[in-house]
Amino acid sequence: MLTKEQIAQRIAKEVKKGQYINLGIGIPTLVANYIPADLDVVLQSENGLLGIGPFPTEAEIDPDLINAGKQTITMVKGSAIFSSSESFAMIRGGHVHLTILGAMEVSENGDIANWKVPGKMVKGMGGAMDLVASAKNIIVAMQHCSKDGQSKLLKQCTLPITGIRCVKKIVTDLAVLDVLPEGGFKLLERAPDVSIEEIKSKTEGKLVIEGSVPEMVF
Amino acid sequence: MIDKTISNAQAAVADVFTGATLMFGGFGLSGIPENCIKALLEKDITGLTCISNNAGVDDFGIGLMLKKRMVRKMISSYVGENAEFERQLLSGELEVDLIPQGTLAERIRAGGAGIPAFFTPAGVGTEVAVGKEVREFDGKLYLLERWLQADFAFVKAWKGDTAGNLVYKGTARNFNPMMAAAGKITIAEVEELVPVGELDPNQIHTPGIYVQRIFQGVNYEKRIEQRTVRKV
Repeated sequence: MLTKEQIAQRIAKEVKKGQYINLGIGIPTLVANYIPADLDVVLQSENGLLGIGPFPTEAEIDPDLINAGKQTITMVKGSAIFSSSESFAMIRGGHVHLTILGAMEVSENGDIANWKVPGKMVKGMGGAMDLVASAKNIIVAMQHCSKDGQSKLLKQCTLPITGIRCVKKIVTDLAVLDVLPEGGFKLLERAPDVSIEEIKSKTEGKLVIEGSVPEMVF
Repeated sequence: MIDKTISNAQAAVADVFTGATLMFGGFGLSGIPENCIKALLEKDITGLTCISNNAGVDDFGIGLMLKKRMVRKMISSYVGENAEFERQLLSGELEVDLIPQGTLAERIRAGGAGIPAFFTPAGVGTEVAVGKEVREFDGKLYLLERWLQADFAFVKAWKGDTAGNLVYKGTARNFNPMMAAAGKITIAEVEELVPVGELDPNQIHTPGIYVQRIFQGVNYEKRIEQRTVRKV
């Protein structure tokens, strides 16, 4: 099984040179730690920044510079700042190449649920619905099963959905899977020491296995 | 040029009335109009509709207006940081309209730009789409969303001049520029108010045409929600 850091590390391998990327809160934020500097990617923060840098030192803290998780941040050289409407214009307009976000459930046709649990306090969707409706490529980072052992890769989402037919790839603590255009999770790689049988038993949605499934290499 | 300066926050909010629709710039607690919120708290008004990306925290920002029961309805994208908000919502004292963040930003932009409605893909197939017109363009589905406007818009800028031209700093810009244009009366508070001619026209973010009142704010707290640092 992969740790959260390893999930982030594996997702970082999907990143291509020169991409503009939006990272969600949680495991996706960790992906930034594993993207090689020579790929020259630019991280977008939907509150209005292209070019997120590392967290500030105590001396560098600026309350006028935060990310979408309201954390204090810095800017890299060549950053640009803009309004919220401009920020979502670049998201909706398809200019952001890759969106990486967490999820509570993903269905075999690529629907995602990650904003609301009935009976619990509703906090709001923030920018998630805009991101999933428009991003060209969406990778989900999540645990394969919920805390009570239920599969999070489903035939159909049971929770209120955030967007339809949008997830392209999923990296969990057990596996890397593509969401096929015709429906189904195609198993691409498994975590070290995790068997295909275990992945099968923990995937409620349609699992497609073709040929051998290699172990992930770190 | 017309001098839009007003003496202070109290004078700036003097005519805000019960039942008014108000917009507040800011993302989390960054770039919020701290002085105007404080001045509104001193007024005996209720039944307000507040349009703001977030609802502050329990003891700062719009959270203080909620605590004083001044707000009837919040229109926001994310309200997770506020326990009093949750209590009022569950008890039915407060109405809330949760809107995808990009849709919220664009509805406000549309309000200021004279566009009564537009189509967006955000929310298609979700509960956000309930009751809204869905139309297909070039093989993809979109929702019809309406503009948002307000009786008063409260914005916070870094610098401003007496003609109402504004310059923001960092990610404190966020919703402020669109809200400045979408308010019937827009009140700008700035950290530094300068005479006309001092700001470079090439660097203005919000042209003064959108601003009716401007004043230099005092005692900015600029509270940080998530203080994250790296070790040197």
